[in-house]
Amino acid sequence: MDTVVLEGATHKKAGPGSVPGVPAPPVKRPKAKKAKKAVVFFEVEILDAKTKDKLCFLDKVRPLHKYYPQWYAARQSIRLDPKGKSLKDEDVLQHLPVGTTATFYFRDLGAQISWVTVFLTEYGGPLLLYLMFYFRVPFIYAPKYDFTTSKHWVVHLACMCHSFHYLKRLLETLFVHRFSHGTMPLRNIFKNCTYYWGFAAWMAYYINHPLYTPPIHYYINHPLYTPPTIYGEQQVRIALVIFLFCQVGNFSIHIALRNLRPPGSKTRKIPYPTKNPFTWIFLLVSCPNYTYELGSWFGFTLMTQCLPVAFFTAVGFIQMTVWAKGKHRSYLKEFRDYPPLRSPILPFVL
Amino acid sequence: MASTEEDGSVEEKENNNKKRTKSAIAVAWLTFYNIAMTAGWLVLAIAMMRFYIQKGTHKGLYKSIARTLKFFQTIALVEVVHCAIGIVRTSVIVTGVQVCSRIFMVWFITNSIKQIQNEESVILFLAVWTFTEITRYSFYTFNLLNHLPYFIKWARYNMFIIMYPLGVAGELLTIYTALPYVRKTGMLSVRLPNKYNVSFDYYYFLVIVMLSYIPLFPQLYFHMLRQRRKVLLGEIIVEKDE
Repeated sequence: MDTVVLEGATHKKAGPGSVPGVPAPPVKRPKAKKAKKAVVFFEVEILDAKTKDKLCFLDKVRPLHKYYPQWYAARQSIRLDPKGKSLKDEDVLQHLPVGTTATFYFRDLGAQISWVTVFLTEYGGPLLLYLMFYFRVPFIYAPKYDFTTSKHWVVHLACMCHSFHYLKRLLETLFVHRFSHGTMPLRNIFKNCTYYWGFAAWMAYYINHPLYTPPIHYYINHPLYTPPTIYGEQQVRIALVIFLFCQVGNFSIHIALRNLRPPGSKTRKIPYPTKNPFTWIFLLVSCPNYTYELGSWFGFTLMTQCLPVAFFTAVGFIQMTVWAKGKHRSYLKEFRDYPPLRSPILPFVL
Repeated sequence: MASTEEDGSVEEKENNNKKRTKSAIAVAWLTFYNIAMTAGWLVLAIAMMRFYIQKGTHKGLYKSIARTLKFFQTIALVEVVHCAIGIVRTSVIVTGVQVCSRIFMVWFITNSIKQIQNEESVILFLAVWTFTEITRYSFYTFNLLNHLPYFIKWARYNMFIIMYPLGVAGELLTIYTALPYVRKTGMLSVRLPNKYNVSFDYYYFLVIVMLSYIPLFPQLYFHMLRQRRKVLLGEIIVEKDE
C-alpha cells in the first residue's frame, strides 16, 4: 500500500519539492499528528501547474508511518475533529474547512486485514466443512457410518446447492466485487468466521446425519399412520426452483453493481434496472442482493426441512435487514433524486 | 451473572437531568414500578427469614416462596420494555441478558428440577438476589424522587463486591447439582430422528452455560467496579473506545 499521505488520487505522490500537479491546484494532505516527538521533516511546495506560482508551502510534512512504522496507511484514521468522521483518501486539503494552519487528529484503527482475505476465508470454510460432513469424515458420526453416503437424493441435492452457493461467493469475491475499502479490522475475521463456519457445521451435521428425515408428503394426518417413503418431491422441487432463481438473481445484482463503478474508482451512483430481468427488482428495492440472498436461503430451508437452516436464514435476514436499512438511508442522504418507491430489502414491507 | 447490577449508573446520573424533561407519566409509572418491586422483594426477604426462624431449616423454604419469587422475577421483563421505549437509559441488550438469565435460573432450573430445590446453593443465590434487588429498586425509587440517601448509594455500589461473586457461586453450584437429574430425565431435550432435523441436549447446554460464566462474569464485575469508581469516587475514567 502506498505510504500514506501525499497520495489520495493516482497522480499525487509524496516527496519534497514542487509538485507539477495535474489538475489545476494539486493538493496534498499533510499528516500533522498530535505527537510530541521532533523528527526530520520534508518541505513541500505546491505550485500551480501552469504558471508555476508558488501556491503554498508546507513544511514539516512527512508520512506518518515513518514516525510510527506500526501504523501503516490502512490503520490510520485522520480527522479534523477527535470524535468526528475519518477523512477519506480522496479528500483534498483545499476543500477542507481549515484555516491557515491545520490540525488533524489521528486515530489508530487497529490491525487491519484486507476484505478479500476475509471473504475468501469466511466462505472457504463453509464450503470445505459441509463437504466433510457430506462425506461423513470420521469422528463426526458413529464409526459405522464413516465414509458412507446418505440414501436420500435430497441430501445430494442439498450438498450441490450449498457448495454451488459458496463457490459462487468465492468467485464473486475474486472477480466481481469492487470494494470501497481495502481493509477491515483484524478482529472481524474471527467474528465472521465463527459465524459462517459455526452455522455451516451446525447445518451440515443435521442434513448429512444418518438419521436425517427428508421432506415427506403425508397423505393422511393420523398419528399412527406411517407414510410410504415418497419424499415431498413437490416441496423439494419448488425449493430448488426458488434457490436457483435467487442465485441467478443475486449474481445479476452483483454484476449490475460492479458495472456501476469503473475499475479503480470509488464513484457512487444510484443503481437502476438493466436489460437483465433479474435486475428489475431495483424498481422496488434498494438492496436486492440481500433480497435474493434471503430467497436463496429460504429455498434451501424448504429443501432440507431442517430447523438449524431456518435459524440461519432468520439470523441472516435480521443482519441483512440492518445493512439494507443503513444502505437505504445513506442512499437517501446522498442522492436527492432517489426513487421514492424503493424499500430497503422487501418490496413495500421492510 | 444473574445477580444483576445494571450498568446504568452513569446514565442514571444524567437521567436525573433528563427525567425532569421526561414525561410525567413515565416518571410516575417508573416510581410506582420501583416501589412495587422494592416491596415485593422485601416481602420475599421477610418470608424467607420468617420461614427459617420458625422452621429452623431451609428445607421447604423454596417451595414456600416459589410463587412470589416467580411472580416478581418474571415481572422484571417489563424493564426490557422500559429500555426499548427509552424511559430508562440503559441498553436493551444488557438489561435483556440480565433479566433473561434470572428468568432462566428461576423457571428452567429451580422450578423445573424439583430435586435440587432444597439445596443450600439455592438459598445462597436467593439471599443474594433479594438483598441486591431491594438495594437496586430502592436506589431507583429514591433517584426518581430526587432524594437519594447516601447509604443506599453506598450499598448499591459497594455490596456487589461480595454479593456478585456469592450469587454466581450459588447459581453455578445449583446448576452443577442439577446436572445428574437433567441427564437422567432427558428433560427439555430433543433427539433425532424427527421431522425438523434438529436435536438439543439440555445437559450439554447447561454445561456450556456454566462455562460461559468464565468469560462473562469478570467482564460484568469489572464493569461494575469501574462504575463504582466513577460514581462513588468521582474518578474520570477514559474509556478505550473503538
